[in-house]
Amino acid sequence: MDDPLVIADREYSSRLITGTGGASNLAVLERALVASGTELTTVSIRRVDVEGGTGVLDLLKRLGIDPLPNTAGCRTAAEAVLTARLAREALGTDWVKLEVVADDRTLLPDPVELLEAARTLVADGFTVLPYTNDDPVLALRLEEAGCAAVMPLGSPIGTGLGIRNPHNIELIVARAGVPVVLDAGIGTASDAALAMELGCAAVLLATSVTRAADPEKMAAAMRHAVAGGRLARAAGRVPQRFWAQASSPPR
Amino acid sequence: MNVVVNGEERVLPAGATVADLLTELGLPSAGIAVAVNGEVVGRARHASTVLPDEALVEVLTAVQGG
Repeated sequence: MDDPLVIADREYSSRLITGTGGASNLAVLERALVASGTELTTVSIRRVDVEGGTGVLDLLKRLGIDPLPNTAGCRTAAEAVLTARLAREALGTDWVKLEVVADDRTLLPDPVELLEAARTLVADGFTVLPYTNDDPVLALRLEEAGCAAVMPLGSPIGTGLGIRNPHNIELIVARAGVPVVLDAGIGTASDAALAMELGCAAVLLATSVTRAADPEKMAAAMRHAVAGGRLARAAGRVPQRFWAQASSPPR
Repeated sequence: MNVVVNGEERVLPAGATVADLLTELGLPSAGIAVAVNGEVVGRARHASTVLPDEALVEVLTAVQGG
């Protein structure tokens, strides 16, 4: 595999992790997932029948995509830990996207509860991928707690505001010993490319694809943007200059 | 006896197990998770775990999200 994404004991050829939320139906979701090229996709854990049953696990299995259960909706460490344990039981995976949000208006991570939940789940044998603030200090703390990756937001979930503090993302990348996954806030392809140019190992997005006018087309755009951004990062960009510099030789 | 399953009250015969409840609900044991009074009951223990009276039972599965 050329330039794989390595998280814990797994390797993926795709650096685009997708969510399944927001798709109008499973047929639309399937076309978007295929176009995205993703190999790892989030699902939520909810009461049976609450949302009209689920074919989403069957769909992921058929497409050969690993499910990544999340703890969306949890407000406390205790809730998130229980949800992760239920997810492990239901899906047979010890991987979890750990989300502990502070309130419904911002959906911003609660750093205190998040770190506590991460420590508990790591001790319980989980592979923990925490959704975190774009806080370089908290990212380090989560890594020290044993998380397999850190997943800072670009901007709040579902806003499509892109990466509001690129420098913080660069600071996180510069010190991280685990993969950094830009999670949340991606609005369009250029945001995903920027995340990779800043040095992120992968991008996790859902809304920007599932609620786009043409989800399948946007999924393809994201796939190319992530690949392009990755190449640009590796290629080494030219320094930015204040004054022009001719690219043609003087005669 | 009375139990609460996903927020709805149900009447079950005394001695009913988690497996009995899933059968009554028409649910498979794969792809779901069960918690009784806040504790996960693993699949291997569904048949041997007797529900206590007034148990709060949550039956969950994966849905689109995130």
